[in-house]
Amino acid sequence: MDALTTPFLTGTATGAILLMAALGLTLTFGQMGVINMANGEFLMAGAYAAYATQQLIGNAGLALVVAIPVSFLVAGLLGLLLEVSIIRWMYQRPLDTLLVTVGVALVLQQLAKDVFGAQGDPVVLPSWLNGNIPVFGYNWPFRQLFTIVLALAALGGLSAVLKYSTFGRRIRATVQYRDLAETLGIPTRSVDRITFFLGSGLAGVGGVAIALISGTNPTLGTTYIIPAFLVVVAGGVGQLKGTVIAAWVVGVVTAFLTDWTSGSMAQVLTFALVVVFLQVRPQGLFTVRTRSLA
Amino acid sequence: MTTTTATATTTASSRPKAAQLLGTYGSLVAIALVALVLLVWAPNSLSPFRLGNLGKYCSWAMAAVGIGLAWGRGGMLVMGQGVFFGLGGYTMAMHMKLEAAGPGGIPDFMTLYGDGTMPGWWAPFRSAPFTLFAIIALPAAVSFLLGYAILKRRVKGAYFAILTQALAVAFATLLIATIKQTGGFNGLNTFSTVFGHNLYDPGVKKGLYLVSAALLIVFLVIVWQFNRSRYGELLIATRDAEERVRFLGYDPANVKLVAFVAAAIMASIGGAIFAPIAGIISPSNVDAAASVMMIAGVALGGRSALLGPALGAIAVGFGQSTLSERFPTGWTYFQGGLFIVVIMFLPAGLASLWPKVKSLLPGRMSPQAALVDGENGA
Repeated sequence: MDALTTPFLTGTATGAILLMAALGLTLTFGQMGVINMANGEFLMAGAYAAYATQQLIGNAGLALVVAIPVSFLVAGLLGLLLEVSIIRWMYQRPLDTLLVTVGVALVLQQLAKDVFGAQGDPVVLPSWLNGNIPVFGYNWPFRQLFTIVLALAALGGLSAVLKYSTFGRRIRATVQYRDLAETLGIPTRSVDRITFFLGSGLAGVGGVAIALISGTNPTLGTTYIIPAFLVVVAGGVGQLKGTVIAAWVVGVVTAFLTDWTSGSMAQVLTFALVVVFLQVRPQGLFTVRTRSLA
Repeated sequence: MTTTTATATTTASSRPKAAQLLGTYGSLVAIALVALVLLVWAPNSLSPFRLGNLGKYCSWAMAAVGIGLAWGRGGMLVMGQGVFFGLGGYTMAMHMKLEAAGPGGIPDFMTLYGDGTMPGWWAPFRSAPFTLFAIIALPAAVSFLLGYAILKRRVKGAYFAILTQALAVAFATLLIATIKQTGGFNGLNTFSTVFGHNLYDPGVKKGLYLVSAALLIVFLVIVWQFNRSRYGELLIATRDAEERVRFLGYDPANVKLVAFVAAAIMASIGGAIFAPIAGIISPSNVDAAASVMMIAGVALGGRSALLGPALGAIAVGFGQSTLSERFPTGWTYFQGGLFIVVIMFLPAGLASLWPKVKSLLPGRMSPQAALVDGENGA
């Protein structure tokens, strides 16, 4: 039983982090065609924001509660800054945004190295997160459960915003038909900016979860960005449910493969599985049906 | 884009013969100039150390020429060329390790990290002809399989780029994990001979450089011929209007696949010459970061120009070794800034400045000029 529950639960937690990283990617890609390679660095920024909050406040429990909105804001504002300074000039050339944001990612990583040092910093767990819960004989760390709760909360919040708020309606309208939305008076440019802010902010919240599980590190973004993109590729663009399912599946499958083979072999096999999966569904799990040829 | 190209070609055909010849063979003259610098000037003027460095840059430039073909001309952003560079590099390095170990011997690191037995798949690489064959066949097979799987299902644009980068990440992770078979993080190093020639002999070092530079020139000529062939036209057509090409009865996937496989082979040969010149091949030469570095050179020089990728890669290689020694942290900022500035303001690279300079000079713009402004159709 243990051989099944351990990878399943750990994988679900990894999937939760991947989900928070991938939500921003799928939002910006689905709406604007922008591929933001710096999204991994927004995770990193969120993790460091959590670390800095803890240094300032001291009380680990209170710090964590404060860190979640702080990380959301820090990463979100970084994303907004990126949109305003660089991305908005590049909407005509979506593939090039990939390379520009690679440059941004390099700069942000080096910046983190210079400010916080090349070595990672540990984040102290609040006492109420330090325990385990026994699940079928496996002592499941509380912080993994917390990660899943955090991801579900982020997902719930995002879905609610998209479904019920005016912002959300505008975002959906822009994704579905930008020109028509514009004709109806929706300021699509500022909608783009808000989407960028939301997506980057969610990555920041994901950063808090990473900080709790493995501490901070200037290069942690590079560890998550590729799996997060594989999630987007496999999940399909423009709909949340595909991303959710793909994140969960990629997380769990990677965990099982790690358990059966090794961490690095699991990475290779996951990649191979995504390529094979694309043979069956080249557009990903779910996709918005269009009549376009592309 | 299509209309400007068409008008440029019509004006070219109504031109006097001399100008037309220069338009067609001007690129060959430029290649000849590069050849003169790399093959005649450099070996006679540079110190052996600098010549070795230039040899490394040339090996990166070979990969860059391939990227120029796949990305600049084909619209496929290949972010994992380090994998193919590594396939060639590791193949060559395995052969050199076995040469250093002597007949029947096994590479030193295997006794150091492992139990002193050699995995069976190493054995064929004792043979020099097999190694040379594998340097071309391995990347061709891998890129064909992957390219066929991805391109036939019409996965393109960003998806394609992400998948190639994921391949580079997976490849480097696999290398690091298999320390007993591939030397792990340290890679393969401490070679003594290459195909029987002593690597420490100054003459052999110079010879390796000349091979590297000469191969680069050969690749440039091949790509030049590629570009002016029917296939070259088809590749650009696929980049700019894939659906129209499909409606004309071609399969765009096949067109792209050829460019992808050619780019992989070029990168592999670059890697194979890199290993003996640098004396090492390690995961850091082939991972996602190294692959991105190769892209940087291509973007700087001009992705769809003939000489742009090669010269850009040499410039970035030079910049890396001079700047990173003096300002280790500054280099990363510089590299990141280079991406941002070049892609934002000079999407067709430094090569796009050339027609502007040329139009100021007496005479006309070459028909190639219209092709220089790079679009990314994918």
